Amino acid sequence: MPEIRFKDIVKQYGYVTVLEDLNLKVSDGEFLVLLGPSGCGKTTLLNMLAGLVEVTAGEITIGGKDVTDLDPKDRGLAMVFQSYALYPTKTVEGNLKFGLAAQKLPKAEMMKRVNWAADLLQIQPLMKRKPAELSGGQRQRVAIGRALVKNVEVFLFDEPLSNLDAKLRTEMRLEIKKLHNELQKTIVYVTHDQVEAMTMATSIAIMNQGVIQQFGSPDDVYENPANLFVAKFIGAPPMNIIAATVAIKGKKILATHAASGVSMDLSKYDFAHKPADGAKVYVGMRPEHFAIGSDIAGKEAASFDLPVLYAEKPGSDGNAYLNSGDEQIAVRIDSAMVKDLQGANASLKIAFPHDKFSVFDAQTESRI
Amino acid sequence: MANIDISEREFKHYPPKKKKIKGSSIITFIFLAMIALAVLVPLYVIIVTSFKTLDQITLGRIFDLPTTWTFEGWNKAWSEVCSGMTCNGVKAGFFTSIKILIPSIAISVGLASITGYALALWKIKWAGSFLFVLFICAFVPFQVIMIPLVLITAKLGIYGTFWAVAIVHGVLSMPFLTLIFRNFYKDIPPELINAALMDSGSFWRIFGEIVLPMSGNIIIVVLILVITGVWNDFLIGLTFGGFGAQPMTVILANTVITGTGAVRYNVDMAAALLTALPPLIVYFALGKFFVQGISAGAIKG
Repeated sequence: MPEIRFKDIVKQYGYVTVLEDLNLKVSDGEFLVLLGPSGCGKTTLLNMLAGLVEVTAGEITIGGKDVTDLDPKDRGLAMVFQSYALYPTKTVEGNLKFGLAAQKLPKAEMMKRVNWAADLLQIQPLMKRKPAELSGGQRQRVAIGRALVKNVEVFLFDEPLSNLDAKLRTEMRLEIKKLHNELQKTIVYVTHDQVEAMTMATSIAIMNQGVIQQFGSPDDVYENPANLFVAKFIGAPPMNIIAATVAIKGKKILATHAASGVSMDLSKYDFAHKPADGAKVYVGMRPEHFAIGSDIAGKEAASFDLPVLYAEKPGSDGNAYLNSGDEQIAVRIDSAMVKDLQGANASLKIAFPHDKFSVFDAQTESRI
Repeated sequence: MANIDISEREFKHYPPKKKKIKGSSIITFIFLAMIALAVLVPLYVIIVTSFKTLDQITLGRIFDLPTTWTFEGWNKAWSEVCSGMTCNGVKAGFFTSIKILIPSIAISVGLASITGYALALWKIKWAGSFLFVLFICAFVPFQVIMIPLVLITAKLGIYGTFWAVAIVHGVLSMPFLTLIFRNFYKDIPPELINAALMDSGSFWRIFGEIVLPMSGNIIIVVLILVITGVWNDFLIGLTFGGFGAQPMTVILANTVITGTGAVRYNVDMAAALLTALPPLIVYFALGKFFVQGISAGAIKG
């Protein structure tokens, strides 16, 4: 069964090295999401796997077979593109059939597969239409269908939902996830949308500037970000990061936030290696872990009392942004509180539990 | 009241807004009218003359309408005028021109579309240099390579046949047409070709099933260019056709220039019109697509 491996991959465009010594392993049946800001090399990596972009150095294997120099059609892959890339002069049926062009199947088998995919994606009534006569969501289904008919073990998705509106995106997200659960094929999925990554992936590789910053399960990436970049990239609003100085007092490890003077007890934090006295660190706090108002009492927590910059209500929950002196701190609040905090001179008492901190080295910006 | 149907809305009449005619637009109008007249006046003279009797023509007065309308000139031009020793009218040249036209369309459009497709959509070594060479070729005047080409066609044993004329036309128009096709295909979204590469990967299948069906507009543009170019050509036909394969233009020139005895203007004019007609018909039939094709290349949806 296919397991995809990238070994020491290098990609250069002219004199620019986009990817350098990249290693990655995708296990069989996994839903891997390559996540990162635009220009981080995630699409390049996917295109190299597909065979559409040449590898400068390194090796790509699928199921133990070296495919680095194979033609795209010989790699046993199917791909769904961002702009759907449907053939404009062919009908939906023609598009699905052309997906099988390289496989030289008997007619009956071809029809069987086309019908199977059409039923699965509920595009049977559209079969005689041209792509121009379809809506965005329908085109997306056809594009997925064209990949499905190939009956391959590995599917590649290149930002497939970014051209859809918010409602359709949610629908298609669930549908793709459902397909993965049903078919149990390996999927490599590129996106810059962290919601897609968190909801669909079985593992996420977060990339920045051609380097994989962290590779792990969605929970792992969210709860234990490997470095500052990941911490700031995942979450909406992202993790609050404040600069602090470590003070070791007996068995206790304290970190003091310079701007507000609040000291945080890091004793419960699971250090990989303990910082020295006086070390500069960044302390990370997820907005939803803060306790507010009456919830504060009786808990071991670092408490702040900060002026509110502004409060917003994007949906069921509200967010408040507080002025901590240097960085602003985002806090998840009850949406009923938003109105009260929008007035001038509002301030908010918040407390952060001692066991939920993330701590990063100020120099290397990695988790310690 | 909010859900009133659009068709039930009361129709109010608003007077059209009056526009003042500006001085600059008058000048533009005069300029355009002069250009149009420069073409239309001679064209008018040619048409009326072709329908006149020889008697009326000898009176001069070229702007008069024919007193008696006659097709005599047209008949003679089509089937009786002499070119050299043969007197079969421009008819013979018409069929030779058709025989030349069809293979030269096939050669030039076939070669140019495939080469343009390869250059635009496939990763080919030296594609840039090849394009540069094509670019140079497109601007080498035919007269420069005329004599070597005559020798080559003679060596191939096709000199003096319509094949020689057709092949020379096809080959000479290939560089320019390739550039046109290449620029058109460059605008096809790369994702579409990537999808086709993953689905099929076959050079010919992608061309035949995906790319060619998308090239309708540009093929019509090229067809019009080739048909008018080949049909109106005189020099290549004269040089490579010998006596056996004289296209219509050559026959026309022979009858008009070397006619013996009294000049029969009505026959000459009719012959000229007959020769000029086919590309005009093609242009009127396909002109709508021609405009579409040009803009389709510029802004692609």
